[in-house]
Amino acid sequence: MSSIGTGYDLSVTTFSPDGRVFQIEYASKAVDNSGTVIGIKCKDGIVMGVEKLIASKMMLPGSNRRILPVHRHSGMAVAGLAADGRQIVARAKSEATSYQSVYGEPIPVKELAERVASYVHLCTLYWWLRPFGCGVILGGYDRDGPQLYMVEPSGISYRYFGAAVGKGKQAAKTEIEKLKLSEMTCREGVIEVAKIIYKVHDEAKDKAFELEMSWVCDESKQQHQKVPDDLLEEAKAAARVALEEMDAD
Amino acid sequence: MKTNKNQMDLEMNLNAPHSMGTTIIGVTYNGGVVLGADSRTSTGMYVANRASDKITQLTDNVYVCRSGSINLSFASTHLTLLFYLGFLAADSQIVSDYVRYFLHQHTIQLGQSATSKVAANLIRLLSYNNKMLETGLIVGGWDKYEGGKIYAIPLGGTLIEQPFAIGGSGSSYLYGFFDQAWKEGMTKDEAEQLVVKAVSLAIARDGASGGVVRTVIINSEGVTRNFYPGDKLQLWHEELEPQNSLLDLLNSSNPEPMNI
Repeated sequence: MSSIGTGYDLSVTTFSPDGRVFQIEYASKAVDNSGTVIGIKCKDGIVMGVEKLIASKMMLPGSNRRILPVHRHSGMAVAGLAADGRQIVARAKSEATSYQSVYGEPIPVKELAERVASYVHLCTLYWWLRPFGCGVILGGYDRDGPQLYMVEPSGISYRYFGAAVGKGKQAAKTEIEKLKLSEMTCREGVIEVAKIIYKVHDEAKDKAFELEMSWVCDESKQQHQKVPDDLLEEAKAAARVALEEMDAD
Repeated sequence: MKTNKNQMDLEMNLNAPHSMGTTIIGVTYNGGVVLGADSRTSTGMYVANRASDKITQLTDNVYVCRSGSINLSFASTHLTLLFYLGFLAADSQIVSDYVRYFLHQHTIQLGQSATSKVAANLIRLLSYNNKMLETGLIVGGWDKYEGGKIYAIPLGGTLIEQPFAIGGSGSSYLYGFFDQAWKEGMTKDEAEQLVVKAVSLAIARDGASGGVVRTVIINSEGVTRNFYPGDKLQLWHEELEPQNSLLDLLNSSNPEPMNI
């Protein structure tokens, strides 16, 4: 839903007559223009995947990571302005370690999501700050099981079974809804996430991309880690095959 | 001040620091924890309170056994003045009051009860980082993640999780007893009987422990407080029966009971 908010869009501390804060909506546009980021909650954990659009052939594969660890039990996948995303992750790391120091146990994922959301929201309250231009998917595994949260530039945060942000988010959400997540293990989930990312990638508009994935599940002993290389390769191969089958139709 | 010492001179020293020379115990059992303590607060040789309650509530499911003294150094007096408006309070009361306040906020933020590990950690942070405080604490509680847990936080502020813990001046007499009598996986009644027996043994030997035995049992069903009056406890080796006055001994059939 696009509209120009002439006059009411110069500052994040200004409402428009129809009750919108345009600066926050413009920040969301920055997120919508970035590569797709997906997260799903399977029965034994969380899987997150990023369509990392490669700006230049000179870039080393595996650099410019878009999924970053926050604590032993959680990680964040970032869509939108990468530098803004790094700030959010840094804040999340700091909240997680300070909680651990004070309370003696790992921060519950719900609490972490609330703190990150508060911080993102904070930056929409003052005219001398600008809103974060990134949407973040937070996946973690605490004593209440695996949980998936998404934080938008407005500071809104909800808990999800499946979430997607970025260019292909509409198509990705449709694909995620087709999955039976409660019966899927993370091993199977990794393959599905790869297939979805390959599917929503627009070959015409964007050239090359790198698939980056992480998980936190029973198999990884409830620790957040990169998906093991062999499984990642298996997922990529399955995704390419699925794409060819689709093209063949 | 030089006094004329004769045989019957009782040096009370009423200006000595209030001490909860104490016996405190915490024991886990199959399904929860039992906390126990005596009830004597002494100032030198005078018993200032013979029925004190040393087991303090922190949250619905976590309690703490307190021991230690009221420290009269400037720093902690300053602290106590802030919160007790001139009345003296034990360091352990200040610590437990702060922790109760932090835990209350934490519960609201979290949306559910705090765990016993969190309570113990908050106590440890205060105790470890404020070494001028004199507190020996035993935290015991039940939560749905870990079940019943006991944490000992002695003088320096170390935190250690144990299947059972003993503390206070009376605990010196209980180390050997627990080595022999403690076993894993007791029932609730076995555990409570063990605690009552232990406190009672310590009271018999330790002059700074006495009065009644209070116990608190915490499990999934909730919290139960029990009370065992001192004169109903079992008598141990060479213990005299409770007397209203020791002068009664002179009028009894056997005026010299210790004469063998």
